[in-house]
Amino acid sequence: MSDTPPPLLEVTGLTKRFGGLVAAKDIGFTIRGGEILGLIGPNGSGKSTVMRTIMGIERPNAGSIRLEGTNVAGWPTHRIARAGIGIVFQHSRPLNRQTVLENIKLALLPDSLLRLAVQPHVEEQARAIAEQVGLGAVLDRRPPTLPFADLRRLEMAKALARDPKVVLIDEPFAGLTQGETAIFSELIDQFRREGRAVLLVDHNVKSVARLVDRILAMYLGERVAEGSAEEVMRDATVRRVYLGGEIEIHARPELDAVPGEPLLDIRDVDVLYGKAQALQKVSLHVRAGEFVSVVGLNGAGKTTLFNAISGLVPYGGEIRWQGAALAGRSAASIARNGIVQCPETRELFGDLSVQENLDLGGQRLAHDQQARQREWLLELFPILRERAGQRARTLSGGEQQMLAIARALMMQPKLLILDEPTLGLAPVILEQLSNALTQLRETTDITVLLGEQNVTFALPHADRIYLLEHARIVWEGNAGRFAAEMGSGYL
Amino acid sequence: MPKILRSPLPLVLLALVIIGGVAPIWLDAYYLGIFTVAYYFGVFAMSWDLLFGFAGEVNFGPTFLIGLGAYGAGLLNNAGWPLPLCIVGGAVIAVIGGVALAVPALRLRGPYFGLVTLVAVLLLLDFIVIFAAQTGGEIGMMVPDVLSVSTAVNYWYAFGFLVIAGAILFGLSRSALGLILQATGQDRVEAQALGFNVTKHKVAAFAISALFSGVAGAMLTFYQGTASVDQMVDLSIAVQIIIAVVFGGRRTILGGVLGSIFLVLFDELLRPIGQLNTFVVSGVALLVILFWPDGVLGYVLRPREER
Repeated sequence: MSDTPPPLLEVTGLTKRFGGLVAAKDIGFTIRGGEILGLIGPNGSGKSTVMRTIMGIERPNAGSIRLEGTNVAGWPTHRIARAGIGIVFQHSRPLNRQTVLENIKLALLPDSLLRLAVQPHVEEQARAIAEQVGLGAVLDRRPPTLPFADLRRLEMAKALARDPKVVLIDEPFAGLTQGETAIFSELIDQFRREGRAVLLVDHNVKSVARLVDRILAMYLGERVAEGSAEEVMRDATVRRVYLGGEIEIHARPELDAVPGEPLLDIRDVDVLYGKAQALQKVSLHVRAGEFVSVVGLNGAGKTTLFNAISGLVPYGGEIRWQGAALAGRSAASIARNGIVQCPETRELFGDLSVQENLDLGGQRLAHDQQARQREWLLELFPILRERAGQRARTLSGGEQQMLAIARALMMQPKLLILDEPTLGLAPVILEQLSNALTQLRETTDITVLLGEQNVTFALPHADRIYLLEHARIVWEGNAGRFAAEMGSGYL
Repeated sequence: MPKILRSPLPLVLLALVIIGGVAPIWLDAYYLGIFTVAYYFGVFAMSWDLLFGFAGEVNFGPTFLIGLGAYGAGLLNNAGWPLPLCIVGGAVIAVIGGVALAVPALRLRGPYFGLVTLVAVLLLLDFIVIFAAQTGGEIGMMVPDVLSVSTAVNYWYAFGFLVIAGAILFGLSRSALGLILQATGQDRVEAQALGFNVTKHKVAAFAISALFSGVAGAMLTFYQGTASVDQMVDLSIAVQIIIAVVFGGRRTILGGVLGSIFLVLFDELLRPIGQLNTFVVSGVALLVILFWPDGVLGYVLRPREER
């Protein structure tokens, strides 16, 4: 064992708190030169916090971060960078007025106020790095004219320019096509061959499985598993986190069996964010009275899909509602026509009371109708009755979510879109929310489109499921088949 | 061959320097006086652009730095110091004051930095009024010495200083420091992750800005024979400097000179129409800012592919 090299990066007992929230708790791992570690976990698991803390962007509350034996925990970011840790951010903001070459040169400059002239070897070095990451043909272009994949390459080039011993990469493949993913895998593999230590941060095991030597899985700030990709995928805790425990299913297949045009019909919808493909040829339909779930990890494109339906982002393809195309309608007109979205971010009016938030939702209803609707909703979410006079900002996360749903229902939607209602909620709240949805399903004829990464929550309420992965629908079917077929594939 | 030599810019600049340098031969004294003031204003604008255009920090208090230079030099002159030493002294005071302001202020994010610089101007104004016995208060402070009694010589002083300041500031903006400042202005975290001490570079930019503002303020004082609140410290002057930069083109350094000449010259030329002159000049500046947010020079210099 004596000939194994010492670890380049050794993290022990790393803890980071934001106020009362423990974002990372006692996290530890080592990465040797030429090794790739995958750090995975669902949204909010703390993996990005760990990465940002290593880079010094956040200061740890406890623990050590040793780079070749030197503890760099708590150092300012620029010193950590000079010491040999580089980071590839997910979102790049290059200098738009400078060329690609100049952007790379920037990363090669010394941190000095006195050396004003760019040294001659910098130019050559920058060109060599550009060749290495495949930017050789676009050296004199400016970033705004480049395709998305080239912007990601530029980020890689900048990190590489610092010749880091340790490279942190945030969601290496987000927004890339399959072909581009292969090229980037090759680039990352090259880091390994050059003897660098690499940390890949991603949502799921699958996308990084082929590349990594080991995986560390996190959930709610804690380490839940560590080992090879296969071991982590087989791990009971990981499976529970991603798939949940026992799944009850109450699908009503007969609802989709009725003939005629569905209530909502989405055909081949494409959405581009700048140069990143957020949705690719997505087709799905929802019939009257159905509960349909779109499951997918964070970043898969669920919110984008809902925003396209609500008329908040431009799209290609067709979205039909009650037999007529929605294209060209304003978001307000779509909402008045019965499609109401309850967004992931909740968007409550924090300084208004619970009652006022509900009344704002019911603005267009006649007075007695409004009172009746409100009464019904307070039956559905009894906790809101107790909180009626309280300001929305002071509610707990779960109560805020219930208020957001209740406010959306005040608008008497024909189709209710729920985007990630479970985000950041404790299990006991999930149960209350789940009961409310069950009641909605059994006592009303409302149609619901639910976006979730928590499959345990989504399945019991779903008649049908669509699985969204990297901007595409990769699977569709009823809830029962999903549990049987997709179990491991979802990880 | 380096790209810069292939573009017509150096030739155009050289021609402008020659035309500007021989102006006293063919331009009458009235205009020489106007341009003299415009040139000092141009240095204010270029110094401000280094902070705003490159480091991305909106300094609402350029007149704080100018006022420190002007009043610092004036007080020293009244204490019997010779004129050249007074200018050096004014510059030193401006740099010390600027750094003393920047170090704590740069810890703040977003609009708070701008607000602190704004408050600094108000404090300086209060200070000048409270110590009216020494500073002359709102009336202004007379200084015993002047740069020169000759209009042409005064013009050359201003023009020479403009050219030197312009060359240095433009050079800095194109140097490694300019690139690093732009990176820190655009994405602080990423610049740090690339190993740059963001605070160090921003404080340096503030000190350089203060140095040129302070010298220009001191020289303007010795040109006019008085340091005055209305012309060097008042917030409306700060606003005019900002307009000059945005009008001429932010992130170009030289655009500020263009904007300053426009503001000062037309304000003067339109004087016959009375109070309306400021209104017309501001109106034109507003239209340029609305339709060419990159400013005149910014538009001219922009790469063709983005136009």
